[in-house]
Amino acid sequence: MQRHLISAADLTRDDAVLILDTAEEMARVADRPIKKLPTLRGRTIVNLFFEDSTRTRISFEAAEKRLSADVINFSAKGSSVSKGESLKDTAQTLEAMGVDAVVIRHGASGAPYRLANSGWIDAAVINAGDGTHQHPTQALLDAFTMRRRLVGRDAGLGQDLDGKRITIVGDILHGRVARSNVDLLHTLGAEVTLVAPPTLLPVGVETWPCEVSYDLDSTLPKSDAVMMLRVQRERMNAAFFPTEREYSRRYGLDGDRMARMPEHAIVMHPGPMVRGMEITAEVADSERCTAIEQVANGVSIRMAVLYLLLGGNEPAVSHPRNTEEK
Amino acid sequence: MSKILIRGAKVLGGEPQDVLIDGQTIAEVGAGLSAEGAEVVEAGGKVLLPGLVDLHTHLREPGREDSETVLTGTRAAASGGYTAVFAMANTFPVADTAGVVEQVWRLGREHGYCDVQPVGAVTVGLEGRKLAELGAMHESAAGVTVFSDDGKCVDDAVIMRRALEYVKAFGGVVAQHAQEPRLTEGAQMNEGVVSAELGLGGWPAVAEESIIARDVLLAEHVGSRVHICHLSTAGSVEIVRWAKSRGIDVTAEVTPHHLLLTDELVRTYNPVYKVNPPLRTERDVLALREALADGTIDIVATDHAPHPHEDKDCEWAAAAMGMVGLETALSVVQETMVETGLLDWAGVADRMSSKPAKIGRAAGHGRPVSAGEPANLTLVDTAYRGSVDPAGFASRSRNTPYEGRELPGRVTHTWLRGKATLVDGKLT
Repeated sequence: MQRHLISAADLTRDDAVLILDTAEEMARVADRPIKKLPTLRGRTIVNLFFEDSTRTRISFEAAEKRLSADVINFSAKGSSVSKGESLKDTAQTLEAMGVDAVVIRHGASGAPYRLANSGWIDAAVINAGDGTHQHPTQALLDAFTMRRRLVGRDAGLGQDLDGKRITIVGDILHGRVARSNVDLLHTLGAEVTLVAPPTLLPVGVETWPCEVSYDLDSTLPKSDAVMMLRVQRERMNAAFFPTEREYSRRYGLDGDRMARMPEHAIVMHPGPMVRGMEITAEVADSERCTAIEQVANGVSIRMAVLYLLLGGNEPAVSHPRNTEEK
Repeated sequence: MSKILIRGAKVLGGEPQDVLIDGQTIAEVGAGLSAEGAEVVEAGGKVLLPGLVDLHTHLREPGREDSETVLTGTRAAASGGYTAVFAMANTFPVADTAGVVEQVWRLGREHGYCDVQPVGAVTVGLEGRKLAELGAMHESAAGVTVFSDDGKCVDDAVIMRRALEYVKAFGGVVAQHAQEPRLTEGAQMNEGVVSAELGLGGWPAVAEESIIARDVLLAEHVGSRVHICHLSTAGSVEIVRWAKSRGIDVTAEVTPHHLLLTDELVRTYNPVYKVNPPLRTERDVLALREALADGTIDIVATDHAPHPHEDKDCEWAAAAMGMVGLETALSVVQETMVETGLLDWAGVADRMSSKPAKIGRAAGHGRPVSAGEPANLTLVDTAYRGSVDPAGFASRSRNTPYEGRELPGRVTHTWLRGKATLVDGKLT
């Protein structure tokens, strides 16, 4: 494992499988009456959020606390950052207070990369979403969810997603989730198809390791998982699509379309969902939709990442095969 | 004034000759010259060029003296072998009145390192709405002939047409920063494979090319000349080539960095590579080199754009656009054009001195190295190779993309009207 987690593209197949396997161990902790491990006791982690993101921040915080780390939450709003303090000064100030890791969410693509590679600080850097670039823990939790559902919780251990057909639908252009998922799913052997109106696909997408389609209906029957991405309503003001209704008709997932998916196939959504836009309530609330599961899995994945980056060589959990519940 | 004898210099890269400077003028060029009491400079096979002329420099004074002043900028220019620079108008206040351009022109004269020829804004405040007093700037002591809203595009077609027409009255030229504003809202880098991967807002080539296409057609329609600043794409080259073949009076410049660097460097998210227009692809770089060699692109201009450290020591989106270039331009041209066999030194003199002086009507600059001409000269050690160390820059700013990169060539001497401004690589 590397010292930082900046991009899903930096992970090898073995790195990724190790994180998924470790997350399975972490998930067992959540099933215990006392959901806490002593692994990161005495380590300090700051959640440095320059952009509002309640769900990602809470997920990281839950993961950090379950590993017994000391947690500092830093929101840029109302802080010295809004008074013009630079990213560099903010990071150095936090490090001077003895921070071991920085979980950063930033509106500018590449901000976590700069933080990790500019010699500004020594702490480990974990990207919790940067601009329209990457959101690697989201891709990991999505892969974790797919492996559990499509391969199996126990059967999946040590396995990747070889040959699984994953369709990602929605705003690819402005989305960091799609970029991260394409990178990681490709590494894990899955076959990815992106579906979007041409306006919401980046120029250059033809070089990505995936297929691209403008037609959702023809893609659905060939999908093991369909991931719906949020489409912000305000995009139509910039002429990315004509109206909400037209988007919804052409690219939204409703009950009829879901019926065209293979029986075993799942519907995924990273949240927050815009019901009535990219997904109908009928689909969102169905058994096949894993949105809530993804949230739970997010905590396990983030525990695994933090443990592997900070925990050194000690076993994450008292090892289930020989010293369980020591 | 005293005499200077430059001995054994390859004039424009030719056979070694001696050049005698008497006062402000070249007195004689030939073999085995001698002159009593003359200070002798042993050129030892270095290449002698006419003093370089930069049609596109940002000196930042008045307003941003924290990044550059006329003094530090002209010292950087002399270091790089320049004897004349055209100072862009995007200062604070904007150089859109006779008062501001005269101030900048005077500062250049007083410091004496390099002639400063101010560029006047096309529109008041660079806002693209109302023509600035172009005639008054031309008639001022600064004698402005080049007008540009550089940094911003004159995107209104009617304003551009009027400006092109109006400056004909006094032989002026509009230098267009070709960037369609709507197509580049939020743009951070060249739009393509790399921007898609990095998630940075794309800056499409068509945003540059569509404006160039419009402006060459406007120039044709009203019978004016037009100059295109920092052309950066293969498509732009094709349009300018087509326009020239039609007899349209268009000239174009390319920066050294667009001849060498590509958008692959943005993968580091290091804002030292953030520049307007953005670094493009390898294909564009090769097209630009070829166009400079065949004359489609007329000149090299630095777009020297100093910025204080804090404006680059940050995340990409927050960083300023621009690179310093005066002190590395000739080395980059040697690397990309001379060592690749695309241009000889006479060609370099043409693209970096004669033609820019001609486009900007800089009297006394860009002249042949021959008897009777003003002694504006640059001596280059072309055999030198060394890595770029920004700590040694004369510029107040250090935002170079070449730090640590090995480049060929080093300017050792610069003379401005017979007065040495650089001797053995040291400013006087």
